[in-house]
Amino acid sequence: MEHTSLLERILRGIALALVVIFFMFPIVWILMMSFQTNETILRIPPQLVFEPTLANYTALITGKLMTAAGTLDIAFMRNLWNSVFLSVTSVAVALLLGVPAAYAFARHKFRGSEDIAFTLLSFRFAPALLVLLPLTLYFQKLGLANTYIGLIWVYQLICLPLILWIVRGYFEDIPADIEYAYRIAGHSWFATFRKIALPLAGPGIAAAGLLAFIFAWNNFVFALVLASADKQPVTVGALAFITSSGIQYGQISAAIVLSITPTLALALYAQRYLVEGLSLGAVKG
Amino acid sequence: MSPSAITISGVDKFYGPIDRGVHAVKNLTMEIAKGEIVALLGSSGCGKTSTLRMIAGFEEVSRGTISVAGRKVHTLPPVRRNVAMAFEGYSLYPPLTVRENMAFALKAARLAKSAVDAKVAHIAKLLEIEDILERYPSSISGGQQQRASLGRALIREANLHLLDEPMGQLEPQLRAVLRGRIKHFIKERGLTAILVTHDQTEANALADRIAVMEGGVLQQFDTPDRIKERPANLFTGTFVGEPPMNVFEAYVGTTDGKISLKLPDGLSLDYDKDAFSGPVRDELLNRQRVVIGVRPYAVRRSKDGVPATVSANQWLGDQTHIAADFAGGSLVLVEHDRTRLELGAPIKVSIDPKNLHVFDQARGDAISHGTELA
Repeated sequence: MEHTSLLERILRGIALALVVIFFMFPIVWILMMSFQTNETILRIPPQLVFEPTLANYTALITGKLMTAAGTLDIAFMRNLWNSVFLSVTSVAVALLLGVPAAYAFARHKFRGSEDIAFTLLSFRFAPALLVLLPLTLYFQKLGLANTYIGLIWVYQLICLPLILWIVRGYFEDIPADIEYAYRIAGHSWFATFRKIALPLAGPGIAAAGLLAFIFAWNNFVFALVLASADKQPVTVGALAFITSSGIQYGQISAAIVLSITPTLALALYAQRYLVEGLSLGAVKG
Repeated sequence: MSPSAITISGVDKFYGPIDRGVHAVKNLTMEIAKGEIVALLGSSGCGKTSTLRMIAGFEEVSRGTISVAGRKVHTLPPVRRNVAMAFEGYSLYPPLTVRENMAFALKAARLAKSAVDAKVAHIAKLLEIEDILERYPSSISGGQQQRASLGRALIREANLHLLDEPMGQLEPQLRAVLRGRIKHFIKERGLTAILVTHDQTEANALADRIAVMEGGVLQQFDTPDRIKERPANLFTGTFVGEPPMNVFEAYVGTTDGKISLKLPDGLSLDYDKDAFSGPVRDELLNRQRVVIGVRPYAVRRSKDGVPATVSANQWLGDQTHIAADFAGGSLVLVEHDRTRLELGAPIKVSIDPKNLHVFDQARGDAISHGTELA
């Protein structure tokens, strides 16, 4: 470590603090808003000291939104569950399909393999809205509109290319000879995939899975167009807070806090393993 | 001859489409006896590693067959070929210790733990890696990893042991010691080994027979001595041997009842007709142009020789290498005494016909070695 003067360290600390404050401010502000009523939120000038209330959270959890115009039913908890279900299932399906495919693309060069891989990636090039219109028509014909299966299927457009391309890179980084050494020692191709390739690419698979989960979780347009109220995730469900009698800032904040919690928890949890896995790495001599 | 451990017949390897892709191995046919150590020797890209990987099952055989212990294996997956291999890049499993890496295949073969431990201990002693058995591959040096990888291959009781540049990363002293031990170990157990190397010292020291490859073609497959004494063609002649064989183009003629090999710059090597056997004489006289080759240690300085000019003079501690400008090219001599010659000094060299290798000028095939036909 290089030697730094005291002044330098202080300045560096201040700079870091500024960056942290800058990036954390919206989240902290939202957290504070989630414990306030609409009136205190909209007070000018904004107040840092207020009487916290859990009303927003109770409203969300009970599904009864109190507005000036009366009580409104909202399906926030249902939306949250939909988000969890859709994201988890989509990532699981994408991992199940994408990891073996990534392995095949990394290890076997077959006719058109590059083209197929690129086609899968190109799904992410097209603007979602462009794809959605024809897709909606097809889905209505096929009876897939407004079904979980249909949504999970469409979510593969988000998750699959991501997982495929990230994991493929990790597989390519494993020297093929390590797998050959395992195979020649008396193991089948599949055992080699399971015992050597998968564990060595583990951190990469975890990172790709996490990223895919976040993308799926944050998706808005697909679910907006293809799902009706009872299948909607939180991203779309949040629209319900814009009511005829005003925008429910308190509840929106509480909803945001609740809906970032799972991703945040997952990221913090996975981060430990990601770092651990990466430091274990050192595959090459 | 003992039964064949491996038979390679008519094997071609194309990278890319057959007959249109890169032709890495061309119509290779070899038979290796049980208990034999064979070295595949050649420069990089000569097809030696491709051959090894086809035997192991990591590369498809484009054409031809490979049999191990009498069983056709070239279509079987690696797991069913009963072949052990040490990889050039070591390829140790990162999450396992050196000991676990070595014991790995034995455990897969369901050997008792005590037997595994005994074998690991034995091999570790042989390769001098006892002190790093509990370490992980990422924490040991390249040379240690290479020995661990070699140990992982040697520990197995396979029909065939494939060793890809097994000692490339070792220090010279250790390499010399290990060569002897490994050869002894392989011979003692009657294992069959194929070793890929570009180091001819290693090939000479370890192998019973050497297969010299170039451009995907097997040039010669013979004992180290015969490869040195009777190279099958110009390539083998110049590739094997250190310093390399001196070669010159020559016109064959007769002057005053002598056979003369006319070199550039008006020089000529004249020999009595009787110096060659009848058939060699006929072969030589039948051709206008040949390529002659002579090993550096077979070139002598003598009063009645052909003139040359010293261009370099190096004492290597046990021998002197002298380079001389000769016949429009360069000639290297090896002398075992400490010779001191001024640069530019005139010398006279002579070549005993016994030490003369003659090759076809166009195709490079050997015509004669010394006084005998090739």
